[in-house]
Amino acid sequence: MSAPALATRGLAKSFGSLVVANDIEIELPKGVRYALIGPNGAGKTTLINLITGMLQPGAGRIFLDDADITALPPEQRVRRGLVRTFQINSLFPHLTALESVTLAVCERTRAARIWWRQLNAYPHEIDEAHDILVALKLGAACHRLTRELAYGQQRLLEIALALATRPKVLLLDEPAAGVPREESQELFAAIAGLSSDITVLFIEHDMELVFRFASRIIVMVGGRVLMQGPPHEIANDPQVRSVYLGKAPTIIPHEPRYG
Amino acid sequence: MALSETAISPRLYLAEQTRWRPAEILFWLATLTPYFLFPTYLSLASQIAITALFALSLDLILGYAGIVSLGHAAFFGIGAYTAGLLSKYGWGEPLSGLVVAAFAAGVVGYVTSFVICRFRHLALIMLTLGFGLLLAELANTLGWVTGGMDGLQGIHTWKLLGTFPFDLYGRAAYAYALAVLFILFLFARRLIHSPFGLSLRGIRENFVRMPAIGAPSRAHIRTIYTIAACIAGVAGALLAQTTETVSLDSLGFERSAEVLVMLVLGGAGRLYGGIVGATIYMVARDQFSGVVPQYWYFWIGILLVAVVVFLPNGILGGLTQLAARWSRK
Repeated sequence: MSAPALATRGLAKSFGSLVVANDIEIELPKGVRYALIGPNGAGKTTLINLITGMLQPGAGRIFLDDADITALPPEQRVRRGLVRTFQINSLFPHLTALESVTLAVCERTRAARIWWRQLNAYPHEIDEAHDILVALKLGAACHRLTRELAYGQQRLLEIALALATRPKVLLLDEPAAGVPREESQELFAAIAGLSSDITVLFIEHDMELVFRFASRIIVMVGGRVLMQGPPHEIANDPQVRSVYLGKAPTIIPHEPRYG
Repeated sequence: MALSETAISPRLYLAEQTRWRPAEILFWLATLTPYFLFPTYLSLASQIAITALFALSLDLILGYAGIVSLGHAAFFGIGAYTAGLLSKYGWGEPLSGLVVAAFAAGVVGYVTSFVICRFRHLALIMLTLGFGLLLAELANTLGWVTGGMDGLQGIHTWKLLGTFPFDLYGRAAYAYALAVLFILFLFARRLIHSPFGLSLRGIRENFVRMPAIGAPSRAHIRTIYTIAACIAGVAGALLAQTTETVSLDSLGFERSAEVLVMLVLGGAGRLYGGIVGATIYMVARDQFSGVVPQYWYFWIGILLVAVVVFLPNGILGGLTQLAARWSRK
């Protein structure tokens, strides 16, 4: 079996006496669609912050394609193909959608170092950015300022920025957060349609979406990985039900979430 | 707008951004009017062009990369003293003087940029202020080099291109300063429309997001800080060469603060903001201080408060808004 796309060994982090990540061991095989679930405060976003280098772990190691990346700064992890999106939109308000994605493409191709030639000299970068936007159905809005885009479009732009870096492993932090239910179905359809070369880990609270789009699920509680496995195992595990899924038997009612 | 949005191809749209607008061409033609309309004010005009260039260099770091500096005069002063000393000790050729001054300021800019790129916001203001004060005090202490309080004397600038002497009326000086301003403006305009310029805007818009798209923000900041230092150095050298003197206030705190005020007045992040701000500020100072010198800061204070309250994007920002509203009608 080939090396996992992403793996962590004994990853731990605490803020003072508060342990937010405790001995986390996960392994994502290539091309798999993973869901990361758990109650609020379970440490899901913290785990993404640790993996992407936005937080420094107290202990443990992170491997991307078998290479130890624990010591690398965030932007170099991105260059190696480990990319994330944010739960709360983190975009460029006064750049247009096309400018934002072109910026990300230019950073990847290193055109962004060039200050003596105008952007017109880089048609391939511009076209690639446009193609990404069209694929995410943002083509018609590509010349609008980011802050003028509808909220759902901004969520898509988050993903577009990530795709522009050509990720190998994509970590999506609640990609559908704050998006109406009908639109979140579309959004996940777009995620499901991503190239099978990309390994995806997404945090999501809507269990229907989780069971529909994830081939494997990781359950976190209190900074620990409670269990991981295929959806049917998770759904029927009594321990998972008691701590997270609550009393509902198979289909879990959707809770509206804000922010 | 809504209809044409989908019709414009992405490449054309971005090419459109770099096209010269009629207002820009008019603006540059207007810079020639002092020769015909105010021939007695040519030396003021050349000082304005020099200050405008200085403000342009600040705009590159403040308006485009969001780096607030209260010590930018350091590079202006380094440029001025470099060109001045070069001339004092026997080499008064102006153009090569500019190059050497740009290089000296650039080296100091590059070295300090390694500290600058690690900080944002308030820390950055204090850091740049600290560097500025440090350098000003150093220049004061090294009186045997800089001339100290008396200023650097004995500068003689050779004829421009070996033919045009710098006269008392400032005819050559204004042409020289304006030409250098225009050339470096073209350079800056090209830079902000480059892929690198786009990255700078990204840094200004959302510094925290940049690493998540794989951007080496610190390296970008080091580059632009060095470039801005070079341009500020050229501005300082121009002042030294055209006035044939350099005083300590060329790198003092007051000059750093003034250029920041000019840029905010004119509107940061739009290239012309610094030029417009410098013009208004310096013409106003010339006019007001002629009437009641001690009240000069009173008027500039009112102007600053009014602009910040009513035109948060500066005078140019207000004009752009006005023009947009007008064309929509």
